[in-house]
Amino acid sequence: MAILIDKNTRLITQGITGKAGLFHSQKCRDYGTHVVGGVTPKKGGTTVDGFAVFNTVREAREATGANATMIFVPAPFAADAILEAADAGIELIVAITEGIPVMDMLRVHHALQGRPNILIGPNCPGVTTADVCKIGIAPGPIHKKGKIGIVSRSGTLTYEAVHQTTLLGLGQTTAVGIGGDPVHGLSHLDVVKMFNEDPETEGIVLIGEIGGSDEEAAAAYIKEFVKKPVAGFIAGASAPKGKRMGHAGAIVDGNAGTAQSKKAAMAEAGIFVAETAAEIGRKMVEAMAARR
Amino acid sequence: MKLHEYQGKALLRKAGLPVPRSAVIFTPAETAQALQALGGEKGVAKAQAFTGGRGKAGGIKLFSNAAEAAEAAQKLIGMTLVTHQTGPEGVKIEAVLFEEQSQVARELYFAVTLDRAKANIVFILSPEGGMDIEEIAEKTPEKILKLWPAWGQGPDAALIEQAAKFLGLSDAQTTQFADIARKLYNLYVTTDCAMLEINPLAVDQGGNLILLDCKVILDENALYRQKDTGGDPDAEKDPGEIEAAKYGLSYIKLDGNIGCMVNGAGLAMATMDIIAHYGEQPANFLDVGGSASEEAVTKAFEIITADKNVKTLLVNIFGGIMPCDRIARGIVNAVNNLGLKVPLVVRLEGTNVEEGKAVIAASGLNLISADDLEDAARKAAQAVAKAKG
Repeated sequence: MAILIDKNTRLITQGITGKAGLFHSQKCRDYGTHVVGGVTPKKGGTTVDGFAVFNTVREAREATGANATMIFVPAPFAADAILEAADAGIELIVAITEGIPVMDMLRVHHALQGRPNILIGPNCPGVTTADVCKIGIAPGPIHKKGKIGIVSRSGTLTYEAVHQTTLLGLGQTTAVGIGGDPVHGLSHLDVVKMFNEDPETEGIVLIGEIGGSDEEAAAAYIKEFVKKPVAGFIAGASAPKGKRMGHAGAIVDGNAGTAQSKKAAMAEAGIFVAETAAEIGRKMVEAMAARR
Repeated sequence: MKLHEYQGKALLRKAGLPVPRSAVIFTPAETAQALQALGGEKGVAKAQAFTGGRGKAGGIKLFSNAAEAAEAAQKLIGMTLVTHQTGPEGVKIEAVLFEEQSQVARELYFAVTLDRAKANIVFILSPEGGMDIEEIAEKTPEKILKLWPAWGQGPDAALIEQAAKFLGLSDAQTTQFADIARKLYNLYVTTDCAMLEINPLAVDQGGNLILLDCKVILDENALYRQKDTGGDPDAEKDPGEIEAAKYGLSYIKLDGNIGCMVNGAGLAMATMDIIAHYGEQPANFLDVGGSASEEAVTKAFEIITADKNVKTLLVNIFGGIMPCDRIARGIVNAVNNLGLKVPLVVRLEGTNVEEGKAVIAASGLNLISADDLEDAARKAAQAVAKAKG
C-alpha cells in the first residue's frame, strides 16, 4: 500500500534536459521508478539518455500515460510549470525547485483549490515509497521497505530519519518531504492523515522546524484521531531570533512558531519528542514499544 | 529585503497613496535643496535606519527654520543610533528624510502580510497605531482585527465596512480608507512584498487619512523582478554573509566555537541544536545548499575558518542533490590551500558516500571521521573542550 506513489506510478520530469533534472531522473530510474519521459520546451522529439523528451506536459501525458511529475524548472518559471502539469491532468506534482517567489506560490495554491491534483513542495526532496518508487532527490540506498511513515519539511532531516529507521530495522512505508517554503502543497497534517489511514504504516515520524504553525495543526489532529505511535522532532531551538520573520508575521502565528511551542504541542499530543536529530529513530522505537 | 522608509514611501507615493511631502538627503550639504523640495522650512528630520524606536533614541528631530534643519542634518547623518532593537552597537545613519509635519488627531495601524496557515494575504488592523504592535497584540488582543481579502480580488465593500467600523472611521474617511486598502493590496502583490506595514496610518486635524511611516520588506526570492525599489539586499548582512551569498551559500555568523558546514537548512539547524545539546555553541549557520560547486565548498571552508572564534570544524553532509564526493574534494582542496589549524570532524552520508570517503582517505589528511550525527557532535564538542584547555 504505502501512500502517494507505488509500482503504478508513471513519472515524467519537467526540466529533464537540465543537469539536475537529468541526473535525478536517472537516479529515480535506477531505483525502480517508471520514468516514462520528460518535458523541455523546444526540445520535443529528442531523447536524452533514453528518456523521450516532449515540448509540453500534455503531449508527454498523452504519449506516455504519465500520472506523476517532478519539477526541476528554474524558479522564475516553476509556478507556471506546476500549473501546466495540473492543467494537463497530472495527478501528483512534486516540485523540487527552490527559491520560487511566495506570490507565485499563492497564485498556484489558489488555482489548485477544488482540483484533484496533489502538489508536494516546492523546495522539497520529494517522496519515496521504499524499495518501490522514488520521486525526487533523496538518496535511494538509505531506504528500506518497512513500517514507518515519515513526513518532514527539511530534506536532509528526512534523510536522517529514513537512515535511522533503516539502521534500527524499522524501515519505511513512504517518506515525504513537504518542503520548507511558507506556501506549499501537502501539509504535515495532510500526510499524517494519509499515514493514519494506510494499513501498512505502523508508526509515524513527524519532523518540523521553527516558523509557521503546520506542526501544531498536525499535533492537534494526532492528539484526537491518531492511535498509531508517533515520534517527532523540531529543528531550530538554537536558531537566532528575527532572522526571517517580521513583526506582523509573528502576530499571524500568535504564540506558535518557536521550537519550544512546537515541541510542547507535540508532547501534549502524546508524540515522543526527540531532543536531538540523532535520536529520532530511537524515539520511534520507544513510541512503538509504549503502544504495545 | 528591507526597504528604508524613504524607499518605501517612494513606492507608496508612486502607487497614488497619501504620504507627506518629503525629500531625502545623504549629506548635510543637500539640506537647502531638500527644503526647497519640501516647499517650506518647517518639518521633521527622520534618521533612516532599520529599527523601531527612532524617536526615543534621538533619531527624529523637529525643525522650524533652515538653521534648525541644517543642524538636524548635521547631527543625524553619520550618527550611531542605539535603540531597544539595535543592541548596544547601534546602527550608522547614512540618510535623513525631511518631511512636512502632519497635525495628527489619531493614529491607526494597518499592515498587509502573508498568513502562512491560510495561504493568503491578511490585513492586520488596530485603532491604536503608533505603538509596538506586538505589545498591543499581547496586552489588548481585542484591539487587533485580522481580515483576509479574497485572493485575486482584494478587499471588497463588506471587508472595508467591517474594517472602517472597527477603526471608528467616518463615512468620508471610509471612502479614503477603501482607496488606501485597495492600493496597498495591489502594491503588496505587484511588488512581491513580504510585509507592508503602515504605522501609523494617521487621521490628521482635517480628518483626512495619511500614511505617516512605513516598513516594507520584499520577498528575497522575487528580487530578480523587483529591481527598481532602491533597496540593498546586503544592507543588514556582515561581510562573510555577503561573500557567502555570491557562492550560493547561506551563512549566518554566530558567537560559538564550532564552525559548521552542513547541507540543508533543517539539518544545519539540527546540527546547531545538537552542538548546544552537548554543551558547546555553534560559530555559524552554514547551508551549502544542494547544488554548490567544489569551489563553493572551498569558499565555505574559507569563510568559516576566517572566524577567529572557530576552535573546531564540523562538516555534516547528508547528500541528496549534493554528492558526498564533491564535498570531500572541496574540503581537501580547501585544506591543501589554506592549511588546517583546528581539528576537523567530518561526517558524510547519502549520495556517493563511498566515493566521498575514498577521496578523504586518499588525501591523507588528518581528519576526525564520525559515523553519525551524534558521534560527530560529540567528537566536535570534545575537540573544542580540549582546544579551550
